[in-house]
Amino acid sequence: MTRHVVASVGEIPPGGRKLVSVGGRSIGVFNVGGAFYALLNRCPHQGGSLCLGERVGLVLSDEPGVYRYTRPGEMLRCPWHGWEFDIRTGQSWCDPRRTRVRTYPVSVEPGEALVKGPYQAETFPVTVEADYVVLEV
Amino acid sequence: MSEQVLERARESETRLGIVDCDIHPMLRSEKALLPYLSQRWREELTTNGLRTRNPFVASFAVPKATPALSRRDSWPPSGGPPGSDLDFMRAQYLDAYGIETGILQVLIPSGKDQRNPGFGAAVCAALNDWQVAEWTAPEPRLKASIIIPAEDEEASVAEIARCAGRKDFVSIFISARTTEPLGRRRYWPIFAEAERQGMPIGIHTGGSNGIAKTPSGWPSFYFEDHFGDALAMQPLLTSLVLEGVFETFPALKVVMIEGGFGWAPALGWRLDQHWARMRREVPHVKHPPSHYIRRQVWFATQPIEEPAERRDLRTLIDWIGWDRMVFASDYPHWDMDDPRLAFKIALGEAETRAVFRDNARAAYRLA
Repeated sequence: MTRHVVASVGEIPPGGRKLVSVGGRSIGVFNVGGAFYALLNRCPHQGGSLCLGERVGLVLSDEPGVYRYTRPGEMLRCPWHGWEFDIRTGQSWCDPRRTRVRTYPVSVEPGEALVKGPYQAETFPVTVEADYVVLEV
Repeated sequence: MSEQVLERARESETRLGIVDCDIHPMLRSEKALLPYLSQRWREELTTNGLRTRNPFVASFAVPKATPALSRRDSWPPSGGPPGSDLDFMRAQYLDAYGIETGILQVLIPSGKDQRNPGFGAAVCAALNDWQVAEWTAPEPRLKASIIIPAEDEEASVAEIARCAGRKDFVSIFISARTTEPLGRRRYWPIFAEAERQGMPIGIHTGGSNGIAKTPSGWPSFYFEDHFGDALAMQPLLTSLVLEGVFETFPALKVVMIEGGFGWAPALGWRLDQHWARMRREVPHVKHPPSHYIRRQVWFATQPIEEPAERRDLRTLIDWIGWDRMVFASDYPHWDMDDPRLAFKIALGEAETRAVFRDNARAAYRLA
């Protein structure tokens, strides 16, 4: 695992996302209510660019005609076939046991710690004043 | 587990040229049709516009899953709707997947479903000329399907005869929802001409006939409407068999496109059972119905069936026949199948060649 600085915290506000390319992989980094998550940008169903999909809530129902819109912004729908994935876990809602998109650990680090290394931030200027999103791939 | 599937698919990926039987080009706008219409029909389009038997003039009768029915990443950067930009189609699909031949199926606008029959025929002819001028002439990998006003058999035969000599056309397009079951006598001149030309008829899901899509009435949900695509194919195929179309036109080839195929073996079993009991009613049907289906019908793979036990897909295709499956993507629509990842079972080399290339080459007489 190598740690990569991929964004400043301010760059991905709650509800926001950033698509990054790390080690030849396209990865989506998401801010869900202040917490960061990272998913491989490849739908495990048929390979669509999952991280370009709509961010939606989870619609639940206890009986026909009664709906609960829960967890707004925590689900991602593939732009191809509309499969829903939980951004926090990468699990598919309809087939959580078998179908899961790869997730990567993400942390927030102060710039002060990062300028010392050994982090990889080839294309990303890091200053001591800001906090950064660090992705482990 | 799902990641293992992706790895395996990547390893088995070959550079085999793919024949894709279902690609949807789209007009940049209705106005793009104007140069291909006579003055009389240009005025019809700009004054009265397109009018089908369906509710809602400018939209679908049932809302679709996505805008323009399309993959959300298929909107060309040049503007215009998905499927309207040849360069973008090349980059996003034809080049990226190594498509050897892509067969175009124009769904919108539907000439066949126009209420003014003369206008409908003119729209079909315009779409055929548009396909040649803007798609098949500049891009030799693309081939067109002849769009016909199928409710008007004389005009249809004339349009097939007008186009069939051009190498740009490899099939005849009819959408699945006709005003009468497709096997009825009034449609037979179309089958006779198709057989004479040696061109398969591609029956593609969709179209509108003003009748509810399901035998139970108008659906509430797109989910239900979409499932209706598989339903609509079954009475159509049954009609072709029972009216005697396959018996009368034994060299006619029919490709069922985008209606699924999981239902096909069960339909054959059921019809064969009925044939043993009720054959006297249709004595012109000399063989069990499944005989005609096996002999004259091909099935496009999209939307691929995804059984819970993945290996059941193999059994299903064993029942239909590996020589009768032709790959289709449905690009750029939202439910398209990725040629590399749609099959969740590993295909052998011969199976891959048959399904992704050779069956279609033979059925459509390509190369």
